[in-house]
Amino acid sequence: MRFNFFAVGLGFIFQTAFLSVRGHELGRCPLTNLFEVFIFLAWSVAAIYMLVGPAYRLSLMGAFTAPLVVLLQGFALIAPIDIRHPAKLPANPWLEFHASISLVAYGAFALACIAGVMYLVQERQLKTHQLHSIFYHLPPLFDLFAAITRLLWWGFLLYTVGIVSGFFTGHPLPRVQVVAAIAVWLLYAAILQGRHLRWLAPKRVAALCILGFSAALTLLWGITFTAQMHPLP
Amino acid sequence: MNLFCVGLSHHTANVATREQFAGSATAESIVRDAGCAEALLLTTCNRVEVYAVSNRRISTDEIARCLIRKIDTDPHDYAPPFYRYEAEKCVQHLFRVASAVDSMVVGESEILGQAKRAYESAKTSSAVGPYLHRLFQRAFRVAKQVRTHTEIARGAVSVGSVAVDLAQRIFGKLSDCKVLVLGAGETSERTARALISRGVSDLRVGNRSMDRACQLAQTVGGQAVPFDDWPAQCREIDILITSTASETPLLTPGKLAPMLRERLDRPLFIIDIAVPRDVDPSVNEMQGVYLYDIDSLQSVAEQSLAMRRQQVAAAEAIIAEHVADFVDLVSRGLHPAARSSEHSSTGQNSLRASEL
Repeated sequence: MRFNFFAVGLGFIFQTAFLSVRGHELGRCPLTNLFEVFIFLAWSVAAIYMLVGPAYRLSLMGAFTAPLVVLLQGFALIAPIDIRHPAKLPANPWLEFHASISLVAYGAFALACIAGVMYLVQERQLKTHQLHSIFYHLPPLFDLFAAITRLLWWGFLLYTVGIVSGFFTGHPLPRVQVVAAIAVWLLYAAILQGRHLRWLAPKRVAALCILGFSAALTLLWGITFTAQMHPLP
Repeated sequence: MNLFCVGLSHHTANVATREQFAGSATAESIVRDAGCAEALLLTTCNRVEVYAVSNRRISTDEIARCLIRKIDTDPHDYAPPFYRYEAEKCVQHLFRVASAVDSMVVGESEILGQAKRAYESAKTSSAVGPYLHRLFQRAFRVAKQVRTHTEIARGAVSVGSVAVDLAQRIFGKLSDCKVLVLGAGETSERTARALISRGVSDLRVGNRSMDRACQLAQTVGGQAVPFDDWPAQCREIDILITSTASETPLLTPGKLAPMLRERLDRPLFIIDIAVPRDVDPSVNEMQGVYLYDIDSLQSVAEQSLAMRRQQVAAAEAIIAEHVADFVDLVSRGLHPAARSSEHSSTGQNSLRASEL
C-alpha cells in the first residue's frame, strides 16, 4: 500500500512538472491534442487515487490504478499523437475549464471503474468459495462499494459542471459530441438513480462502472480526434 | 561447546508418547540433571524439545531421562522416537520451529509466543546463558521476517476462524454487524465467540429451547430471541449462523427474497453448519447473499493451508540465509554492532568457531 502510494505519487510529481512546462510553453491549459489529453487524464487518475486511496484505506487500489496510468501514459508516449497545432491557439478560459474539469471527472470515473473491477473479482471469489491469494489483499466489499458510490457522485458532479461549462465556450459545439456527452451523462445519472432507488444491486453498479468508463473513454477519444481533425478557431 | 536439540514432535510421536515427556522437567532441572551449560525447554501441544549447550557430549538418552514423567520408566523400554540436531542443523531446526514452518498447521501464530514464553521462563531460572540468548533472539527475528515477507500466515485455517475472516472480508468492521445464531450447537457457539472477539456487539440467539438460547446468550454476551422470530430477524441482521436440527431447509430462495427486498441491499452472510443443511444451497445464487456450509468453510480452510504450504519454500530461503549468517557470525566472534543488539542483556563471552 505504502509502496504503491509513493510510486504513484512520484509519477504524479513528474506528470505535474510536464503539464506545467507544456502549459507555460503553450500559454494555456495543455489540452490541445490527443497526447496532452491522455497525459492529463493519467494525471487526473493519479490525483484522485492519492485523494481516495488513503481516505478509504483501499489497499491494493494502487496496484490496480498504476497499470491504468501506465497504459494511458504509455499510449500517449508511443502513439504518434503529439501533433502540434501550426498556429498558437488563443487562450479561452471557458474552453480550458470545460476540458480540464471534464477530464478530472473522467479520473473519478476511471477510479470507480477500477474499484468496480476489484469488487467483481472479490464478489466472484466469495460466491464460488475459491479464494485466491489476491482475495486477502482486497478491501472489504462493503468499503469498496462505499468508495464506488462516492467516486460516482464526485465524477458525476464534476462531469455535469464540465458539460454545462461547455456551453459557455463561445464556440458552436458539434452536435454529435454534445449528444454523445449527454448520453454518457445520462448513463451515469441512471446508475446513480438506480442505486438511489435500490433498483440496482451493488454487483450491477460495479459492472456498470466498467461499462460507463468504457463509453466515456470512447467519447473522449472521439471528441479529441474530431477536434484534431477540425480544430476550433 | 556443543549446541544440540533433542525432541519429540507431531512428526515423530503421537500424543500418548509426547505426554510421557511433557510437564515434569524444567530448563533448570535439565541443566542440573544432565550437566548442561545452558538449556531451554520448549513444550507445546505438538512438541517437547530441549535446546542445550554443553562442554561434553550429552546423549539423547540422558536428556530423555530428564524429561520422562515416571522416574521408574526407562525410555529404552519403548524407544521413544527422539530426534537430535546438532550445531548448524540445530540452528536451522529452531528457526524453522519459530517460523511455524515445522508446525502441524503451517504458519500458525501460537508457536512464536510459546517459544518466547519458554525463553523467558528459562531466562528467569538462569538456565539460559549467552549462547542460547543469542540463538533465540535471532530465531524471533527470523520468525518475524518470515511472517512479514511471505504469506505463510495468510488466510484462516479452522472453520470458526474462516467464518470470521470471511465476515471481515465482506463487512470490514464487524462492530456495526448484527448477528443471529440459530440453534445453540458447539460450533455455532465457537463461531459466535470468535465474532464477538472481533468486535460484534449485537448478537442474538434463537433456539427451539428458550432456556438453552438464554444460556448461550448469557455465555457469549448476546440476547436471546424467540426461535419463531427468525424470519423477522433476517430482515435486520448481517450474519446468520445456523445449526438447527431441522430435517428440511429453513431458508429457501422463496422465503428469503421478500426479506432481501427490505434489507436495503446490505450483504447477508450465512454460515450454515447444520447437517442436514438449514439453508437451500441455491440461496447462494441470490444477489448479495454469501452462503457457506460446513464443506465450503472446510474447503476455504484447506485452500489457505495449501497457500501457506506454497510459501514454505520462500520461508526456507529466508531461514537458510539467517542460518548461514548466524553460523558465520558465531565463527568470527560477533560483530560489535550485532553483539550490542543481539547480546544486550547477557553479553559476556564471545562465541568462537569451535562452538559450532
